[in-house]
Amino acid sequence: MADRRVFFLTFAVLTAAAVFLLWGNAWQSSYVLKLRAVKLGGLICVGLSVGIATVLFQTLSNNRVLTPSIMGFDALFLLMKTVVVFVSVGLSLPPVSAAAGFLADTAVMIAATLVVFVLVLRRTRQDIQLLILVGVIIGLLFRTLAGFLQRLLDPSEFAMVQADMFAQFGGIDAQALLIASLLLTLLFVWLWRSHRVLDVMALGRDPARALGLPFDQLQLQLLAAIAVLVSVSTALVGPLAFLGLLVTALTHSLMQSHHHALLLPGAGLIACLVLIAGQTLFERVLHLESSLAVVIEFCGGLLFLILLAKGKIK
Amino acid sequence: MIQIKSLSHTITDTPILQDINLELPQGQITALIGPNGAGKSTLLNAIGRQIEVAHGTVTLDGSDITQIAPRDLARQMAVVAQHLAVGSRIRVADLVGFGRWPHSQGRTTPTDQTIIEQAIEEFDLIALRHRFLDELSGGQRQRAFIAMAYAQDTCWLLLDEPLNNLDLKHARTLMAQLRRMVEHAGKSVVIVLHDLNYTLSWADHVVAMCDGKVVFTGPAAQVATAQSLTDLYETPIQISTVEGQVFARYHR
Repeated sequence: MADRRVFFLTFAVLTAAAVFLLWGNAWQSSYVLKLRAVKLGGLICVGLSVGIATVLFQTLSNNRVLTPSIMGFDALFLLMKTVVVFVSVGLSLPPVSAAAGFLADTAVMIAATLVVFVLVLRRTRQDIQLLILVGVIIGLLFRTLAGFLQRLLDPSEFAMVQADMFAQFGGIDAQALLIASLLLTLLFVWLWRSHRVLDVMALGRDPARALGLPFDQLQLQLLAAIAVLVSVSTALVGPLAFLGLLVTALTHSLMQSHHHALLLPGAGLIACLVLIAGQTLFERVLHLESSLAVVIEFCGGLLFLILLAKGKIK
Repeated sequence: MIQIKSLSHTITDTPILQDINLELPQGQITALIGPNGAGKSTLLNAIGRQIEVAHGTVTLDGSDITQIAPRDLARQMAVVAQHLAVGSRIRVADLVGFGRWPHSQGRTTPTDQTIIEQAIEEFDLIALRHRFLDELSGGQRQRAFIAMAYAQDTCWLLLDEPLNNLDLKHARTLMAQLRRMVEHAGKSVVIVLHDLNYTLSWADHVVAMCDGKVVFTGPAAQVATAQSLTDLYETPIQISTVEGQVFARYHR
């Protein structure tokens, strides 16, 4: 039954995690183990965030091929990072600790996305499709603004921004990770308690309202939750565009259900699995000769196409 | 009883409803009729609180519907919209099951299960129960949504052009089901209808609308005359009685 698939996925993630941790006699060195444990924690946090954020976004948008990145969530993050580098270099501010920086990043992301959403939703009479369209345009604006500012930076400052432009699990700060996992735990508890409400929301605004759901209020709450999830994952490692789409496609083909009680854990676990396996492959087999994004997008894209051709993804 | 007082609504400065004052009787089938763009759907959505109206009030048994908690309202009133599209891939039986949401918030009880089964049977969906909604024809999907509203088991049932997409058999069956619900289960039905013959044969009460205003309203047998309908639709309509059945002719 349903639960068995979730158990199987959990088992697969645990196995992958053990392989990742212990590959190459790592248990002999507590230093290596600690490094890997932090990285593994990062992979799991990011995997859960990306998978779950994408499921939520698809529920909200009533569309199976959209991911939060279409609305420029990650573009906003990049713009913010660029502005921070720009301003702090200009004013020669002292560097902040990684944990404080992470908290500030997340807080700004959440505040900024909520302001944009509330303003747009109020104007568009709660039309989520229009919101997405506006999001695409705003995302473009953010991207070009960030690009413009990056051009004004000198090469050494640009290198600081560049480090944030691509997903990497190398330099995750243990303290930032702790804060992230606490934040995520709270959010997941809340989401789990409302998984049945999410099932109804997936019907769309009118049917959900006809069933007595305060849809508009919930919609805003969900957008906030998505903002938190995307912020956490981008603030930890940087943008991961394709992963969400791949993961939700796999989740739907595995679960064959509209129940969020299955979709949420399914997507979170599959994303973890993909990330951990990808990182293991990238570090141990390819010896860091590429980037994780390339590994995931190559293997994941291939898998996606195969499943699509076989008609397993609909 | 539903009472509507000085209800007005505009969509981007276009007046859709203008100063509507109405009473919808309990325990009857009320048909909303009128030409395209008359505001029938908007009125239905305003009654079902699917839209927030700019001016005026709708009261259900004396209480303003904006003051009723959404969940309580959903236990008293079910709405089936005109355009039915669902993004998630969902099976017919699961969709019908959502009708029990206002009662049990997703924790389906044995009573819920019985009602869901009954709804599936009632609307001829047994063979389709495991099919996905996007694998159904328009009429079959329509029936699934009406079955969901039926499972909601509310006093009031609001239907926006439910006969669209339905074949002759299912259109007639649906009207007969509504009739039965009104007569045996004490339900009240408000329905937007385009086919005059269905209106004349099944509706107790008629609300005729044009350009956002109520043109005439009252018991169907009294107010739906050849003259009033001809004026309403601006097209020649003759009413005749064939073997005791009132019959409208407007085809040619």
